[in-house]
Amino acid sequence: MKEREPVKRGYSYKAQRRAYLFTTYFLLLVGAIVMLLPFLWMISTSFKPLSQTLTMPPKLIPSIFRWQNYVEAWNTAPFGKYFFNSFFIAIVETICEVIATIFAAYAFAKMDFFGKNVIFVAFLGTMMIPGEMLLVPNYITLTSFHWIDTYYALIVPFIVSVFGIFLLRQFFLSIPDELWDAARIDGSGRLGFLWRIIVPISRPGITAVALFKFIGSWNAFMWVLIVTNTPTMRTVPVGLSYFRTAAGTYFNQLMAAATMGMLPILILFFFAQKQFIQGIARSGIK
Amino acid sequence: MKRSFAIGMRRYRRGRFWRDTAQAYLYLLPAFVILGTFTFYPFINSFFVSFHSWLSFAPVKPFVGFANYVKIFQDDLFWLSLWHTVYYVLASVIPTMALALFIAVLLNSKIRGRSFFRTAFFLPYITNTVAAAMVFLWIFNRDYGLLNYFLHHLLGLNLIDWFNNPHYTMPVVILMGIWKFIGFDIVLFLAGLQNIDQQYYEAAEVDGATGWYRFRHITLPLLSPTTFFVFIISLIGAFKIFQQVYVLWPGGAGGPLNSAMTLMVYFYHVGFGGAWHLGQAAAVANILFVLIFIITMIQMQLSKRWVFYQ
Repeated sequence: MKEREPVKRGYSYKAQRRAYLFTTYFLLLVGAIVMLLPFLWMISTSFKPLSQTLTMPPKLIPSIFRWQNYVEAWNTAPFGKYFFNSFFIAIVETICEVIATIFAAYAFAKMDFFGKNVIFVAFLGTMMIPGEMLLVPNYITLTSFHWIDTYYALIVPFIVSVFGIFLLRQFFLSIPDELWDAARIDGSGRLGFLWRIIVPISRPGITAVALFKFIGSWNAFMWVLIVTNTPTMRTVPVGLSYFRTAAGTYFNQLMAAATMGMLPILILFFFAQKQFIQGIARSGIK
Repeated sequence: MKRSFAIGMRRYRRGRFWRDTAQAYLYLLPAFVILGTFTFYPFINSFFVSFHSWLSFAPVKPFVGFANYVKIFQDDLFWLSLWHTVYYVLASVIPTMALALFIAVLLNSKIRGRSFFRTAFFLPYITNTVAAAMVFLWIFNRDYGLLNYFLHHLLGLNLIDWFNNPHYTMPVVILMGIWKFIGFDIVLFLAGLQNIDQQYYEAAEVDGATGWYRFRHITLPLLSPTTFFVFIISLIGAFKIFQQVYVLWPGGAGGPLNSAMTLMVYFYHVGFGGAWHLGQAAAVANILFVLIFIITMIQMQLSKRWVFYQ
């Protein structure tokens, strides 16, 4: 027995390591299941006939797949219009924001001008203002513009984001100034330099800014709720919140609608996961 | 000759500076116009409006001084909503951060499938809150929900009416908050952990430090800038909670007996949910701003004491 002790200790280290790994995987797996269960349950319910949503114990996999739920949900509310609005607003907003942000970030990163620091600090200061504080005064402004219940109200106030300007400025700062000197010798103006050299180099940063904007625009809620009156102006989230009241306890239809509402962003996320996660991770590191 | 060249150069440079200034302002023009109209001006206007009796459709909006604020401070519902908000902030932010840190540490060890786990935890963060709230409505459903199936039918606990029993409305909102935001914290913590220089751990190993000791004396202090950042961001975000409550109890009702009425739901209720008292709503929003501002300032001060920069 005594002779085997060193061997045993060697094993015990390995065993300890294995136990540690096992615990790690176990905990992570349980966590992942808890996180994903709502999604699975949503998709599962979205295919069930109504009778199967009212059974105990609940079944994870429906015995028949009822695609009809999606059709019925789609037809109960003007979802086609909701989706058009959401896509239209998100796309226009993103394009405008990217252009405005590139110019502003370039000015801050690569140009010397009068009042630069003051303006920069003023921009920085807006990040301290909660967007909720601007809801009432902006509502009043847009009422005087007669913009309530129009696309303008849903797009124009959001085409500049200070966060995006800072993110891109960081990217532009890392580009060496020698490139600009070289470009100038070759007879390039600032505009040409910006579009032909800076923008292509900074594509990851621009993609991140665009992604944040698109997702933010798609998920926007309270503002849309406040400035739209007619159902045809609503976006997907606001449309869903009305549908939730209208559909009551038809949980199969509710879950079909919820799935449809989540899908575009989930698809986008799976394609651009890396940029998105890196963008968030970078925001935390100075 | 040389001197006049120098003067000419200086003039040329100064000329370029002003030409650059003109160009830079042109580049910043969209930002000036949009931020000026929809951020700077409304920021000032918010205070202006809050000092007036600003009923949306009334032709006259008389100046009333602090009357809107007084009215809010005398409203029990405001204090109730403030209490619920603070309750939500404390009960969701701290557990979310603790759990997120734990999971981030697990993910940071040499394991396979890290990106799968990270995605799994992150997915709720990007999903639409309204759609997610609808799913929670279904999972927490009293009679046919998945949760009550586990708790009541499998474990034999009492049947809980999550949405109609005032004691359980905030817990639902908090659980959903943890589910929704944990992935965001994990991503930031993971980035922070990967940013810690491995040298420290190697040195600690030489000294024989392991496990908890390493976590307590290396990871935690070196992670404190990230922790601080996550804390501020989460706190500010949690103060503004609205969508979940709005969808779970439709129309901004704030739950049975206002048991889930939060500050922003109260804001909506005062401003847009029927009363259209924009002056009072602006006052509520300004109070939120001041609260967030004070908290940020306090944290900035505290951070000097407990944040350790590498």
